[in-house]
Amino acid sequence: MIRRYWWVAGLAVAVLVVVILAPLASSEPDGLERVAIDTGFADQGTTAAYSILPDYSVPFLGDGPVSLIVAGLVGVGLVFGLVWLLGRVLARRTQPTD
Amino acid sequence: MAMLFALVSIPVPQVAPTFGLHAPDGFLSAPVALAMWLVAIVVVAVSVRRMGGSLDERAVPLMGVTAAFIFAAQMINFPVVGGTSGHLLGAVLAAILLGPWAGTLVMTSVIAVQALLFQDGGLLAMGANIVNMGLVGTIGGYAIYRFMAGLLGGETKGRLPAAAVAAWAAVMLGALAMSLELAASGTTTLAVVLPAMLGTHALIGIGEAVVTVAALALIASVRPDLLTLRERRPTRAAAPALGMTESQP
Repeated sequence: MIRRYWWVAGLAVAVLVVVILAPLASSEPDGLERVAIDTGFADQGTTAAYSILPDYSVPFLGDGPVSLIVAGLVGVGLVFGLVWLLGRVLARRTQPTD
Repeated sequence: MAMLFALVSIPVPQVAPTFGLHAPDGFLSAPVALAMWLVAIVVVAVSVRRMGGSLDERAVPLMGVTAAFIFAAQMINFPVVGGTSGHLLGAVLAAILLGPWAGTLVMTSVIAVQALLFQDGGLLAMGANIVNMGLVGTIGGYAIYRFMAGLLGGETKGRLPAAAVAAWAAVMLGALAMSLELAASGTTTLAVVLPAMLGTHALIGIGEAVVTVAALALIASVRPDLLTLRERRPTRAAAPALGMTESQP
């Protein structure tokens, strides 16, 4: 079981990162943003024409940590499923040896 | 229960993580942004072709988990000096675990979801973001990793130090690429932006190296077999010896 379903543990790590660490993340400007501010081209950035989960928040949940965590978990699940599916399509069938 | 409530209601002043090395639209001129889109499309197409028939089915769950972890880790901005923060890119980690081609598809998927759903990185700028944060690491960073591992006497011996160097270098190369794109766009000049970008990302790259090494060390101690999935080639159930040589790249 554990040999076959190790990916559940891997996914749990990603979930824990979102739930525990995301609310603690620094909100200081990041590298590019800092450089953009310091060298004076920050105001050239435009905002998106639409927004679904803008800045990792769920609009109807406000912008507190719960909103951030829910948005993050949606992203983790979506990316996981999407890439798994992509891999499945591209992987050649192999003989199971485990 | 009361404690749980107290935990949830702790005021958290800093909320939304920002766009990392993610460029919003407007920083790059249309020609530069489109050129980067072209580069991204070509490399992704090559990756899909190279992967077809070379990806072991057992590596598919690892692709999903790697993508999920990188997405989660990119939300975690860690502070560096001077009121600046940075987060993991993860491209070198993805390439070490999955190889450059599958690693490229993982990074592209993560960056696409961030831009499309989370408005993290612009749509026109998505090509540049895929190149800077993904391909530079999965192709260039991975090449540095293999070279360093070779110098250190093989991957088993040199995995962690080679990964650290490659992870740091990939962040620097990404910052260099971003600087060149900004200068080519006329947004700023290279003389202004390059020292600032490299200076800031020299520090962010240390964080990249630490997280990359920690993730690899964890996997090596818990499931070392996952580290060799990249090397495995599919063994066809119904394919006799007819030209089906088990070749290593």
